[in-house]
Amino acid sequence: MKKKLSYIDSVHRDGRIWNLFVMVILILFPVAVMLIFRAGIDWRGFIQGFLATAPMFWAVGVIETFTYVPMLGAGGSYLAFVTGNITNLKAPAALNALELAGADIKTEEGEIVSTIAIGVSSIVTTLIIVLGVILITPLTPVLNSPVLAPAFDQILPALFGGLGVVYIARNWKIAIAPVLLMLILFIAIPSLGSVVSIMVPVGVVFTLVVSRILYKKNLL
Amino acid sequence: MEFNVNSPVLFLLAGIIVAIVLAQSLWFLVKAWRRGREIGMPMEKLRRIAIGTAIFTIAPATAIVISVITLSKKLGIPLPWMRLSVVGAITYETPAAANALDAMGLEWAKVTGLDATQYVTVAAVMTMGIMVGIWLVPVIGKKLIGGMINLEKRDKKWGEIFSASLFLGMISAFLGYVFSDFSTVFRGDTSGLIAPLVMFVSAAMMGVCALGMKLFNWKWMNDYALPISLLAGMASAIPITAWLG
Repeated sequence: MKKKLSYIDSVHRDGRIWNLFVMVILILFPVAVMLIFRAGIDWRGFIQGFLATAPMFWAVGVIETFTYVPMLGAGGSYLAFVTGNITNLKAPAALNALELAGADIKTEEGEIVSTIAIGVSSIVTTLIIVLGVILITPLTPVLNSPVLAPAFDQILPALFGGLGVVYIARNWKIAIAPVLLMLILFIAIPSLGSVVSIMVPVGVVFTLVVSRILYKKNLL
Repeated sequence: MEFNVNSPVLFLLAGIIVAIVLAQSLWFLVKAWRRGREIGMPMEKLRRIAIGTAIFTIAPATAIVISVITLSKKLGIPLPWMRLSVVGAITYETPAAANALDAMGLEWAKVTGLDATQYVTVAAVMTMGIMVGIWLVPVIGKKLIGGMINLEKRDKKWGEIFSASLFLGMISAFLGYVFSDFSTVFRGDTSGLIAPLVMFVSAAMMGVCALGMKLFNWKWMNDYALPISLLAGMASAIPITAWLG
C-alpha cells in the first residue's frame, strides 16, 4: 500500500512540480514571441547580455537560496522564489506574520504561518500590479508625482525601521555586533549599497558566528 | 503579425503566466490554511495573519507598480508586468535589460522602441539571467529545512538562537544599507540623513504602537503595527526629503 505523505513532504512534492513547471513556462515566453512574430533571436546579443548579467545574479540567487530558505520554510520558499521581491516584501511579510502568531519557522505551525503570509502577499501583489496595469494611464502621473516620489524612494528604510526595532529589542545581545559591523561597513564603503543582497548572507554568517560564541559562553 | 511592445498577444502571454503563478499562490495558501485548521489553529488566528499581511503588502506592492511604469517606457507594459509579478525585482530587471541592449549596440537611456528580435533577446536575457532560485529551491530546499529541524531536535535553545540569528543577520544588513549614503554628511550634504531619519520615524512609530498596546490594551494594534510604521516612515520621507534633500 502506498504510504501517505506527511504535510511537509507533500509541500516539497507540490513545490518541486510547481516551480519546475513555472520555470518551463517562463522560458517559453521568449520562444512563443519568436514563433508568433516570426522573429529570431540575436544570439550574440543574448550570449553577451547573459554573460554580463548571470554571474552576478546567479551568485546572488545561490546565496539567497541558502539564506532565505531556512527563514521562510518550505511552502514559503517555493512561492517566494517564484513570485520574487523577496527582500523588500516576502521575507518581511513572513517575519511579521511569524511574530504576530508567536510561531517558530521550524515548527509545523511556523511553516503554515509563513506559507499563508507569502501566499497572501503574492496574491495581493499580483492583483495590485494587475490593477496598476489596467489603470496605468491615470495612475502614472499620480505615482510618478514629485510629491510622492520620496515616499516610495524610502520604502526600505521605512520597512526595516519598524521590523528591525522589534527584533533588535527582543534579541539585543545577538544584535549588537552585526548591527555595528554593518553600520561601519556601509558608512565606510558607500558602494556596498548597490550589493546589499550579497551583504545579507555576510550579516547572517557573522551573526551566527557571534551567537555561537555567546551561546558557548552561556551569555545568551 | 506586426510586432509592437504593447501587442495584445503579448498581454495574453504575460497574462497566462501571471495567472499560473497566481494559481500556485492560491494552491499553497489553501493547502497551508487547511493544514492549519487540521492541526487546530483557530480560524481567527489564520484570518488575522492573512488580513494583516494583505494590508502590509499594499504599500510595497504599489512601489512595484511604479517599477512596472518605469520599465514600460522602454519595454512596453506586458514584459515588465510579467517579470515583476514573477521572480523579478526592479534592481535586477533594469540591469539585465540594459546589458542585453548594450550587447546589441543599443543604449538603455536612448531606447524608444524595440523590434521583435531585440525584444526576444531582452526577454531571454531577463529570463535566463536570474533563473537560479526557482530550480535550486526544489533541489536543495528539503535538505536545508531538514537540517534546520534536526538542529532544533539536537539542541532546542541553539535552534531558537539560530533562527533569531538568521533574521537579525538580514535585518542588520538592511540597517547598514540605510546608512550607505550617510558619509555625504561629512561633505556637508545632508541628503545622507534622509534614509536614517525615515527609519527612525518608522521605528519610533512601532514604539508608539507597542505603547498603545501596553497602556490601553489595544490588542488589534498588534496586527497593524508594521503597516502603520511603514506608512508613517514613508509619509515622513516627504517632508524630510524637502528639508534635507
